Amino acid sequence: MSQLVIQDLHISIGDKPIVKGLNLTIKPGEVHAIMGPNGTGKSTLAKAIAGHPDYTITGGDVLLGGKSVLAMEPDERARAGLFLAFQYPSDIPGVTIANFLRAAVQARLAEGEELDATGYYKRLYSKMDLLKIDRKFTARAVNDGFSGGEKKRCEILQMAMLEPKIALMDETDSGLDIDALRIVAEGVNSIRAAANPPGILLITHYQRLLDYIVPDFVHVMYDGRIVKSGDKTLALELEAKGYDWVKKELAATA
Amino acid sequence: MKPPSEIESAPTENPVAGIDQTKGDFKYDVSYAFDAGKGLNEDTVRYISSVKKEEPWLLDFRLKALKTFLDKPMPTHWATKDLENIDFDKIRYYLSQGQKPKRTWDEVPDDIKKTFERLGIPEQERKFLAGVEAQFDSEAAYSNIKDIVAKQGVIFCNSTEGLREHPEIFRKFFGKVIPTADNKFSALNSAVFSGGSFIYVPKGVKVAQPLQAYFRINAENFGQFERTLIIADEGAEVVYMEGCTAPKFSTSTLHSAVVELVALKGAKIQYITVQNWANNVFNLVTKRGVAHEDAEIKWIDCNIGSRLTMKYPGVVLKGERARGEVLSIALANDGQHQDTGAKMIHAANNTTSNIIAKSISVGQGRSTYRGVVHIPKHLKGCKNNTECDALLINTNSRTDTYPAISVRGDKNATQHEASVSKVSEDMIFYMQSRGLTEAQAMSLAVNGFINDLAREFPMEYSVELKRLIDLEMEGSVG
Repeated sequence: MSQLVIQDLHISIGDKPIVKGLNLTIKPGEVHAIMGPNGTGKSTLAKAIAGHPDYTITGGDVLLGGKSVLAMEPDERARAGLFLAFQYPSDIPGVTIANFLRAAVQARLAEGEELDATGYYKRLYSKMDLLKIDRKFTARAVNDGFSGGEKKRCEILQMAMLEPKIALMDETDSGLDIDALRIVAEGVNSIRAAANPPGILLITHYQRLLDYIVPDFVHVMYDGRIVKSGDKTLALELEAKGYDWVKKELAATA
Repeated sequence: MKPPSEIESAPTENPVAGIDQTKGDFKYDVSYAFDAGKGLNEDTVRYISSVKKEEPWLLDFRLKALKTFLDKPMPTHWATKDLENIDFDKIRYYLSQGQKPKRTWDEVPDDIKKTFERLGIPEQERKFLAGVEAQFDSEAAYSNIKDIVAKQGVIFCNSTEGLREHPEIFRKFFGKVIPTADNKFSALNSAVFSGGSFIYVPKGVKVAQPLQAYFRINAENFGQFERTLIIADEGAEVVYMEGCTAPKFSTSTLHSAVVELVALKGAKIQYITVQNWANNVFNLVTKRGVAHEDAEIKWIDCNIGSRLTMKYPGVVLKGERARGEVLSIALANDGQHQDTGAKMIHAANNTTSNIIAKSISVGQGRSTYRGVVHIPKHLKGCKNNTECDALLINTNSRTDTYPAISVRGDKNATQHEASVSKVSEDMIFYMQSRGLTEAQAMSLAVNGFINDLAREFPMEYSVELKRLIDLEMEGSVG
């Protein structure tokens, strides 16, 4: 079973604790949305699970398919089936999307095994058709001079090609106008509708993304923990009442 | 033939000792029939000249060059002090197996074939080679001029043969583009040179296939001093490719070549180098071409490896509308210093030159760009474009740029752009999060950085370049 299990996870940046005991299980095909005010540790969670060197795991565990990923390098985690869609993806001048993805696919083959180039391009083009991406797109250098919308589409295309077991999507809606948001959401939905869909953790600040990608579960994160969980109606409630509502509720129960 | 008695004979210790056999650094045992021993003096020069059965004028030329070499100081007032670490007394200036250059592949000894195989010269490529001048140590072990090229009247042989068989052409151009006294190392080469290529392309002949030469150093403490002379007569066109790898030795090795190109009226010469020297090699090379009226000379120069490389391919734009171009890639890894650049000397009206230099510094690696662009006041309509970009991987690496552009008069134009960029941790993490290892990520970043230049390379060379970069990056990750 290729589910992601986050157990009592504690994460620090330097000496500063950011995530303070977070529990969450994501099964294949499920979409979990994590919402919450700025600075509450949402992005930290995603980057730390992917293995970013700036973050230290100080407690708990992250299991993918029953195995802890914490001792793995970021690339090992990726090859094991984790995918992080970045809020601010880096640009790689001079490296085309097609070549970048090819290297990523090649990296997943056994040593000495050569990539079948014809098969690769066939698959790439079918994914691009699925996501309604123009063929010319992959001849451009990765994220180099891309608009916000193009960067996010590039992330979604990579996600479609690499077929992860678990996708962590960090503020995928940030910097997108409404048309770009709709296109990106359509892409995620088509990956969701395809065979063997990944489990998705959707990190967002705003409800509007969830109008397009309807989650199975919504979690509210505050001060490094999940403080409230529910279905999609929780997101609407948050939108109407604001995050202060959660804070007040927390204060009342404390 | 025995070497003169005062010269120390070859050492008997196992030549493979102390060799790191990884990364394609390897060597096979070779017995040398001729060996000038270690150290440099008049006798060394006389020995080389007599083994090669040279005419008296050439011996004189060599002896004068030796004097120039000894008289000239090390250029450490502008270049790195590391040059002082070259111990000229410990270097072998001439080694030869004493075989005649081979005509066919079948005649090449098996151990040498094995070396070529490990160098990765593809089988099918051999068939297409117009002529392979594959140099094994000082003397060409294998040389094959394909009929089609010879039928066009093209001369393609090693420089010793060129001197012997075609003195009337050789002597006319030899040492004219790069005079002996140009610098200390051109003088050294002039004194002890052996090997290298001689090419003459007759008027109007366009050589369809690139001419290729592979060579390698294969003996400890052995300096390699090739001398290459390429002449493209009026309207002729030729592409020459030079590639080399060297085995890794425990003590320093010196490589000091001189390459002279002459493009007569309307001719085109393209000279392509991809080299990967072992970490202990001093690679001090002088390369220059003269472009006459409407002629074009293009240097594509790619330097990987070596302890210190100093190389500034140049073009003297002698005739009107002549064009010169240098495309250069240098990769300096830990303990390496790539001191490279270009020289463009405008000496006629309406001449144009283009320099694009990209350097990559990894770890403690250091890269330096030195460029000279000279356009004197009396000329008009001259143009130069210079771009130098540096990529730093890891904060300890270092890059310096010393452009010297002197453009006088108001009827000429030049533009210069320089940039320094870094492979950031975020960029590496981004690529790692897609499943690439750290080394693969760095390698991809470097390949991306040089991509627009690498496209100018012939296919097999850009593939080889990519492979070399992969190897370098593998070694640079802790």
